[in-house]
Amino acid sequence: MNSELLATVLFLAFVALTLVITFRASRQNKTAADFYAGGRSFSGAQNGLAIGGDYMSAASFLGIAGIIALSGYDGFLYSIGFLVAWLVALLLVAELMRNSGKFTMADVLAFRMSPRPVRTAAGVSTITVSIFYLLAQMVGAGALVGLLLGVTSPAGKAWTIVGVGALMIVYVVFGGMKGTTWVQIVKAVLLMGGAALITVLVLAHYGFNLSSLLGEAASQSGKGDNFLIPGLKYGTEAQGLAGKIDLISLGLALVLGTAGLPHILIRFYTVPTAKDARKSVLWGIGIIGTFYLLTLVLGFGAAALVGSKAIAAADAAGNTAAPLLAKAIGETFLGDVGGTILLALIGAVAFATILAVVAGLTLASSSSFAHDLYAHVFKRGTATEREEVLVARVSAFVIGAVSIGLGILAQGQNVAFLVALAFAVAASGNLPAILYSLFWKRFNTAGAVSAIYGGLVSALVLVIFSPVVSGGPTSLFKTADFAWFPLSNPGIISIPLGFLCGWLGTVLSKEYNAAKYAEIEVRSLTGVGAEQATKH
Amino acid sequence: MTTREHDASVYEEVQESSEFQDLKRRFRRWTFPMTVAFLVWYLLYVVLSGWARDFMGIKLVGNLNVALLFGLLQFVSTFWIAWAYARHAEKKLDPIADKLRHEVEEKTQ
Repeated sequence: MNSELLATVLFLAFVALTLVITFRASRQNKTAADFYAGGRSFSGAQNGLAIGGDYMSAASFLGIAGIIALSGYDGFLYSIGFLVAWLVALLLVAELMRNSGKFTMADVLAFRMSPRPVRTAAGVSTITVSIFYLLAQMVGAGALVGLLLGVTSPAGKAWTIVGVGALMIVYVVFGGMKGTTWVQIVKAVLLMGGAALITVLVLAHYGFNLSSLLGEAASQSGKGDNFLIPGLKYGTEAQGLAGKIDLISLGLALVLGTAGLPHILIRFYTVPTAKDARKSVLWGIGIIGTFYLLTLVLGFGAAALVGSKAIAAADAAGNTAAPLLAKAIGETFLGDVGGTILLALIGAVAFATILAVVAGLTLASSSSFAHDLYAHVFKRGTATEREEVLVARVSAFVIGAVSIGLGILAQGQNVAFLVALAFAVAASGNLPAILYSLFWKRFNTAGAVSAIYGGLVSALVLVIFSPVVSGGPTSLFKTADFAWFPLSNPGIISIPLGFLCGWLGTVLSKEYNAAKYAEIEVRSLTGVGAEQATKH
Repeated sequence: MTTREHDASVYEEVQESSEFQDLKRRFRRWTFPMTVAFLVWYLLYVVLSGWARDFMGIKLVGNLNVALLFGLLQFVSTFWIAWAYARHAEKKLDPIADKLRHEVEEKTQ
């Protein structure tokens, strides 16, 4: 049996298991709270695992291991930004949002502001962020199938994207939040298990001596000790000052983006109380932190055992470093059979990862479309729950279909910047509005609308005129050059701009509702009137 | 059911109470400085990664250098702050929040 076949079998087993879970969950999807928030009945630990499932995308599993394998230490910078970011969510956002919101990020804003303009703005930014993120994952799925299953024809890749998209639509349309959460939990357990197994084998191979693993990685990389310090990929000496400022900009977007990602924010609504939201973030931090420590070993292990040259030859971005390492370490311990089994295992886990993340993103965007734009903006709050959930299902179908189409069109493009862009938009557009709304008494409709559009538009414009879109060897359009903004990541400008726009919009408008602020402040800190778990 | 005006006045009353102000102070005095602290600590790490590579490359034990230690310390500090916040919230915030919630729920029902 070859590893392609075994990987396919394992992956189909995952699909079968998650489909069973989804259809079981679909029988309990009765109310809007069931569909959007899984009945708010998950425990802190379950939701913590699901947070890990939503957050540990293929970009962080395959991408970070790949960056470490090719550029050494710089991949670790990514992990650290992604992890520290959770403290913003824990300390400032999770519990207060759980207490004052209902289904979407916009609920918190609409609480004390004119609902239609803020819901429109929040809906637009939620859908924008989610689609960017989705597209990157879809294209990643196409690339991965080529590398893991030997499918290299454009038609084969397109069919993979269609398959991933169709499954994601099924999870969301039938399973709602309950089904999607269970998919995340299963995926998180598989991913952690797979990564832990490979890590232990790699460490065992080096006698559990981290220093000799690092030494071997450095020498195999051909870069020597520079492999173990920052600077081979981000802010290299050749890029000069702009490169180093770009590094800071990336760091800011990573650390401030997480608490503004819509598919992460809606996770806080799936538990019964704010205390459970706190617990789920604590679990999430433990799982995600452990996972990034594992990827550090995976990345350096791949550099040491596979070698940077072989990794770069298989995929220029290093995305197959983790699967190649699985094969190499399996062969070391158990011969060819071991290599085949571990490669298949990691390949299947990588697919499960992509599938779960795209489902989470589709759910976030369809919830926002149905709850914010349809029910509150178009229907001005007159839609029934049944209508709203029906619209959410239809929009999940439409968003899924759109992202399949875009994913096929964008095949082979360098879309890694889309994830960084999603983080930058979340940090510049969503986070300022959320923080002002929870903590600033004077904040108002004009402030919220300017914060969201200001952050969203400035991040988009700066990326369009940056080297990632035009003018460079790795740009989206290699032949054109309209780049005047020197940084690849807009965060260092667009995040402060989002906060500034929010402040300016607020002070220029006279609107101010002290009674409503009293209500949201008391509710967010004490949990009075918070949405309850539904009972079945 | 009570009217919204009535609810609103209850919330304003609670907001002005010394107990709620105490809860708010305990929450903000812990989380705000801690947020500034971990952001500064993280940015220091990013800045050193960009500008102090010789320092980051100093080897400590075997091939373990300052960069790796600094990175691992970010994990340690993140885990520690998360744990400390949970403890603070359980001991200093939850009891007051629970008490206030019961009081308001009695008044508004």
